[in-house]
Amino acid sequence: MRRVSTRALVVTGVLVALLLAGVVSHYASTSPDGLNRVAEDKGFSQTQTEHHGDGSPFAGYGTKGVGDARVSKGVAGVVGSLIVLVLAGGVTILVRRRTPEAESGDGREPVGHGGR
Amino acid sequence: MHVPDGFLDAPTSVATGAVAVVAVGVALRGARRELDDKTAPLAGLVATFVFATQMLNFPVGAGTSGHLLGGALAAVLVGPSTALLCITVVLLVQALLFADGGITALGTNIDLMGLVTVAVGYLVFRGLQAVLPKRLSMVAPAAAVGALVSVPVAALCFTGLYAVGGQADIPLGPLVTAMVGGHMLIGVGEALITGLAVGSIVAVRPDLVHGARRVLERRTLEVRRANGASA
Repeated sequence: MRRVSTRALVVTGVLVALLLAGVVSHYASTSPDGLNRVAEDKGFSQTQTEHHGDGSPFAGYGTKGVGDARVSKGVAGVVGSLIVLVLAGGVTILVRRRTPEAESGDGREPVGHGGR
Repeated sequence: MHVPDGFLDAPTSVATGAVAVVAVGVALRGARRELDDKTAPLAGLVATFVFATQMLNFPVGAGTSGHLLGGALAAVLVGPSTALLCITVVLLVQALLFADGGITALGTNIDLMGLVTVAVGYLVFRGLQAVLPKRLSMVAPAAAVGALVSVPVAALCFTGLYAVGGQADIPLGPLVTAMVGGHMLIGVGEALITGLAVGSIVAVRPDLVHGARRVLERRTLEVRRANGASA
């Protein structure tokens, strides 16, 4: 099987995620989720308190100031995905082991070792 | 399954918060063993995919929906420690920016949707890997079963927390039945998405998949032996 480069895989994957969060999310079910449904049925949903993050411009997966529901959710989804990508990508790059030799698949020179 | 503020009392929330802090601390150390220059880029993608997919609530029965939790999916793709870090980032962004999942309940949510689904999903996956044929084609189905089991177990753990620190006085028996029953269906969705996602990555780059490493190592050994004989 043809080997897909890591970069191509990650870029494709992120584009799929952006499509899901930005476009497909519009068609998601708006029914309460499993926990919220049980909370309503069993009568403990009323103890839920106001969310401290309700003032956020993206509270409830909408974008403040955007009237169109589809665009409002889409923008929130894309922004959220990109923030998660930067944060999770940043954390994993910080904690990873730096390999002394470049991987053969990438065909790149070893970087960041013994330099400076 | 995002627990909002106000469902659990303060002592329980403090305790779950403490468990989450310790778990994330341990995961930060453990992730170093799982991540190198080659596999690190996949972790950012996994977190992004989990966030995006959690926006896609699918209907389960009348008037109820569910979404991917993603612990099993992430654990098989990038390893359990890195998986917990990925899910924690997702839950943090959801709580702070999207008002999804309470802020005082953040620890509870990291424990239920991170720690429990990662641990259960990964243990079931590894257990199945031990008994199934050592083939790449078995990685995605084993991950799917891990995902299937992880969701009702997380729901059961929520019920346990509610028994200890729930703010409303409700009978526990019916709560267990409703939570576990409802989340078994959501687990089926979780299994489908997990099997599809893991299968896709295994098809193109099995060498990047944490849960496929053992299979690949074994396969390399077999190929060398076959060269000497008949293949």
